[in-house]
Amino acid sequence: MKQNRFINGLFLVPTLFAFLMIIIIPFFFGLYYSMTDWNGISRDINFVGLANFKNLFSSPDFLYSFLITIAFTFINVIFVNVVSFVLSLVVTSKIPRRNFYRAGFFVPYLIGGIVLGYIWQFIFNNILVELGSSLSIEFLQTSFLSQANTVIWTMAVVNTWQYAGYIMLIYVASIQSIPTSLMEAANVDGAKYSTRVFRILIPMMANAFTISLFLTLTTSFKQFDMNLTLTNGGPATRFLGAPVKASELLAMNIFNTAAANRMAEAQAKAVVLFVVLLIVSLIQVTVNKKKEVEM
Amino acid sequence: MSKTELEKKKYPIHKYSQIFLEIFTIILFILFMIPFVMVVINSAKTSKEIIYNAIAKPTSWKQLFTNVSLIFSNSTVDYIGAFVDSTVITFFSLLVLALFSSMAAWVLVRNKTVWSTIIFMAFVSAMVIPFQVLMYPLVQWLRILGSFFNIKLLGSVGGVVFAYLGFGAPLSIFIFHGFIKNIPYELEEAATIDGCSRGRTFFVIIFPLLQPIIVTVLILNGIWIWNDYLLPLLLLGSNGRVQTIPIAVTAFAGAYLKQWDLILTSTLIAMLPIIVLYLFAQRYIIKGMVEGSIK
Repeated sequence: MKQNRFINGLFLVPTLFAFLMIIIIPFFFGLYYSMTDWNGISRDINFVGLANFKNLFSSPDFLYSFLITIAFTFINVIFVNVVSFVLSLVVTSKIPRRNFYRAGFFVPYLIGGIVLGYIWQFIFNNILVELGSSLSIEFLQTSFLSQANTVIWTMAVVNTWQYAGYIMLIYVASIQSIPTSLMEAANVDGAKYSTRVFRILIPMMANAFTISLFLTLTTSFKQFDMNLTLTNGGPATRFLGAPVKASELLAMNIFNTAAANRMAEAQAKAVVLFVVLLIVSLIQVTVNKKKEVEM
Repeated sequence: MSKTELEKKKYPIHKYSQIFLEIFTIILFILFMIPFVMVVINSAKTSKEIIYNAIAKPTSWKQLFTNVSLIFSNSTVDYIGAFVDSTVITFFSLLVLALFSSMAAWVLVRNKTVWSTIIFMAFVSAMVIPFQVLMYPLVQWLRILGSFFNIKLLGSVGGVVFAYLGFGAPLSIFIFHGFIKNIPYELEEAATIDGCSRGRTFFVIIFPLLQPIIVTVLILNGIWIWNDYLLPLLLLGSNGRVQTIPIAVTAFAGAYLKQWDLILTSTLIAMLPIIVLYLFAQRYIIKGMVEGSIK
C-alpha cells in the first residue's frame, strides 16, 4: 500500500509541477499585477486597487476592441458552424470521392494563423483587386482589408476557411454515431431531405453543437495570430472621437498595450477578457446542455 | 442481383440531386484550394511579374527554385535552423505530454480519493483561462525562477518544452481520463495478483492499450505547438538564438514588406513540411481528430 502511494505521487509530480509553475502561479500573479502600476521596467510595483479597471471603461481603444471582438465572434461563430455543418453533410453523403474531399477540407486547419494571414492578405490586396480591375467589377477594386466596415467580415471569412474543416470533423463524428436506420425509416415514410436534416439529424447532434459552439466561441474571442498577419489592426478609423484601429481585436489590443510598456493596463484588459469569456461560455454550455436534456 | 443493384433498390438515388450535390461539392473544394494554388503559382514569379499579373500562370517554373534558394541563402532568417528548432520543440513537448499526462490521468482515475477529484477539476477548469491572462506574468515568473535556480528558462528549448507541458496538460489529461475510465480494472487486478508492481502495471498493461488515444493527443497538441506563435515569441524573443517557423516567417515578412514573391515563397516553405506529413499520415490524423472530438 505504501509503495502504491509513492508510485501515485511519482506519476503525478511532473505534470502537476508544470501545471503549478506554468498556469496556477502565473494566474494569481496576473490577477495581482492587474491591480498594480506594473510597467515591465521598474522594479518598484505598487498596489493601486481597481484603478486600472476603472480607466479601461473610459478608454475608446479598449471599448472599440471589445465591441468589434463581440461582433467578430458573433459573425464568425455563425459562418464557421454553418459552413462546417454543410461540409459534414456533403462528406457523409453518398457522393464518390467523399473521403478525398473530407481530407481536403481539413488541410487549411494544418496551416497556422500566422502563415495563412499572409496568404489571405495577398489574396485580398492583390488577387481580388486585380480581378476587380480586369473584369471591371467596382466593389472588388478597393481591398476589403482597407475598409473599416468590411474588414471584420473578411477576418471571419478567413477564419472560416481555417476552422471549418476541423469543426466539420466533429459534426461528421456525430452524424456517423446516429443509427442509419433512423434516417432510412424517415426516408421510407416519405420525409423530404430538409425535413430529415432539421427534424432528425440536428436534434440528434445536440451534443456536437455544444462542443463546436464552445470551441468556435472561445477561439474567436481569443483570436490573435491571423489578426496580426492579415490586418495588423488596420485600417485606421475613429470611435468616440478618438483614433482607433478598425480591426484590432481584444487579444491584439492587449498585446499592443503591453508592447507600449503599459503592462498593468494590459493585464487588467486580459482579466476582463477572461471574465467575459468565462461568463459567455458558461451561458452557452448551460443553454446547449438544456437542449440536449430535452431530447 | 449484384450488390450495387441491391443497394440501388434499397436507397432510391435521385439522380439529379446527386449530380447537383457533386457539382456543389467540387465548387466548394475548389474554393478551399484556391489559396494554395495562388501561393504556388506566385512563388514561381518575380516581384514584377506578380504586380503585372498575379492570377496568370508563371512564365517559367524555374523561378520557383530561384526564389527558394534566395530565401535559404538569406541572412535575415535561418529557415533550416527554425525548422530544426520547431521540430525539436514539437517532438519533446509531445513526448513529455503524452507520457506524463497519461501517467497522471491513470493515477487520477484509479486512485479514488477526494484529492484526485480536486486535482482533476483544477486541470479541467484551467482550460478556460485564456493565454492572454498568463503570458506576461509567466515571462516574469520564469525569469525569477531561472535566476533563482540558475537555469535558463527563457530563450531555451527546455523552457519552451516545460511551458508546453503545463499548457497542454489540462486537455491531454482530460482526454486520457475519459479513455482510461473505460478500461476494465480487472486487467490491472490480475496483473497485481501475478506479482506485477504498480509502476510496471501501467507501462506493461495500460500504456499499450492507450495507443489510439495517444494518437489523438499527439495530433491535437502537435498541430497547436507546431503553429503556435505567441508563446515561443514571448519565451524565445523575435530574434533570439532559438527560433520557430512562425517566428521566422514573421521576421522575414517584416524585413521584406510587400515583396510578395519572397513572402509567398517563405509561406510555401513554412507549410510544406506539415502538408507532406499530412499526405502520408492523413488517415491517422483524420481518425485521431474525429476520436478526440467526441470524447
